Amino acid sequence: MHNKSIAELGAALRAGEFSSVELTRHFLERIEKLDGEINSYITVTPELALAAAEAADQRIKAGDAGPLAGIPIVQKDIFCTKGVRTSCGSHMLDSFISPYDATVVEKLNAAGVVMLGKSNMDEFAMGSSNETSYYGPVHNPWDKSRVPGGSSGGSAAAVAGRLAVTATGTDTGGSIRQPAALCGITGLKPTYGRISRFGMIAFASSLDQAGPMTHSAEDAAVMLQAMAGFDPKDSTSVDEPVPDYSSGLNDSLAGLRIGLPKEYFGEGLDAGIAASIEASIGEYKKLGAEVVEISLPNTGLAVPTYYVVAPAECSSNLSRFDGVRFGYRCDDPKDLEDLYKRSRGEGFGDEVKRRIMIGAYALSAGYYDAYYLKAQQTRHLISDDFIQAFKQVDVIMGPTSPGTAFGIGEKADDPVTMYLNDIYTIATNLAGLPGLSMPVEPVNGLPVGLQIIGNYFAEAKLLNVAHQLQKQTDWHLAIPDGF
Amino acid sequence: MSLDRSDVEKIAHLARMALDEEQIESYATDLSNILGLVEQLEAVDTTDVTPMAHPLHMVQRLRIDEVAEENHRDEYQAIAPKVEAGLFLVPKVIE
Repeated sequence: MHNKSIAELGAALRAGEFSSVELTRHFLERIEKLDGEINSYITVTPELALAAAEAADQRIKAGDAGPLAGIPIVQKDIFCTKGVRTSCGSHMLDSFISPYDATVVEKLNAAGVVMLGKSNMDEFAMGSSNETSYYGPVHNPWDKSRVPGGSSGGSAAAVAGRLAVTATGTDTGGSIRQPAALCGITGLKPTYGRISRFGMIAFASSLDQAGPMTHSAEDAAVMLQAMAGFDPKDSTSVDEPVPDYSSGLNDSLAGLRIGLPKEYFGEGLDAGIAASIEASIGEYKKLGAEVVEISLPNTGLAVPTYYVVAPAECSSNLSRFDGVRFGYRCDDPKDLEDLYKRSRGEGFGDEVKRRIMIGAYALSAGYYDAYYLKAQQTRHLISDDFIQAFKQVDVIMGPTSPGTAFGIGEKADDPVTMYLNDIYTIATNLAGLPGLSMPVEPVNGLPVGLQIIGNYFAEAKLLNVAHQLQKQTDWHLAIPDGF
Repeated sequence: MSLDRSDVEKIAHLARMALDEEQIESYATDLSNILGLVEQLEAVDTTDVTPMAHPLHMVQRLRIDEVAEENHRDEYQAIAPKVEAGLFLVPKVIE
């Protein structure tokens, strides 16, 4: 049951081969049996899941069921879920029971999904390895001594280990695509504004974007269909019609122009990954695509630009955690300043504190122009590189991550080394473009992600391009041993 | 840019965040390294480049100023650390 696609499961549910309650029990048993060593879930919600499954079974019987009805999923613990703890991976929100649902949660619930629980993540989505979670690291199902990537590491590991059919993630600098790459699944970060951010705990608001994490492009199309759309509750939500993401999956790729940015294949890229990516490009040529060498000359500025913009926005967003209205409060504060300082000092972990401090510094009097304004200018240069490139090509391809999954603890002591791991994913967030990562030929038994970047609102094209390769290859169907 | 102990203390105060005494040195090292990474931007010529505030260059959407939300005070206060008579409690501010 756990190796089927959303479409196959939906057909089986409608044909009465098994019920959503049976399917849900199957996944809950797998979580019980297998998640102890993976730690992909922060909270499992069996009672709610079974109630949702029963409701889905009724809808299916009544013939009133869409493609996601009765499908067990895990929600990243950054999405507010009414009545269920929403921790964001932080001690600060360890006891926070959200009083409302995020729009993404509301939309998926309306589509009839069964939420199995909330997935582990880097604290406030700040990390690339899932090691900054208050609830402990997530272990990669392909090699339990290695990280799953981050920040949506729990979602990626749960989908890879078949502990959920599909998952939600969020991506501020690569947090959907990099863990998707490291865990061998498909992850899509849509165009900025495509999916509502309402009820998605904010990290860096001009970069944050939700998206699906799935086994295949076909599944991702179904998930995106349910998640996308204008939301008046999110002031940056884009009022653009939502196309049918599944109808173009089988379009021919003949004549597709693929841009390969030379900056994405230079120094620092693992040779095995380079070979794997090149082999996939070869497959695309067989499908009729042409390859064009392009340049994104300001690629090297992406990481430094991001580490001004993201911390600045984070220091502002996270000022709401003050120990007064919700979240952690320190014991026996002696005055208001002590209440703020100790609640925040005790509630936040190290990486969150580092980023808040970088942001506070960059925005402080006398430094604003040198850091934040400068970074907004370099952000423009990075964005213009893509605009130029998309005059010549339809999609851009390259590796998602410079290496395969690294060991737990291996990079934890040096923030800068960790940051450089996101070198290929960060620029698309700065530009607001959609990007997808899909599994291609592994290196030494570890998954490798091919990244496909598209123009604004070209999600359907990305899914089409990914699906065509997934029809020719079966890397996306590989299952880690023991799962 | 290299930050020392007192810089870190000042920034932590701006962010209203208490730090463990013994961790201040390591924060100073980490923050200096991060600022070192960021300093590459200084060398970039950005004369006449407009700062980019929004990826799609959208402007803030306006709406009619009318009451749309219901009152959720009880639900929101139910999750607060300390409330009394509909008010959020904090330590005494005015003597």
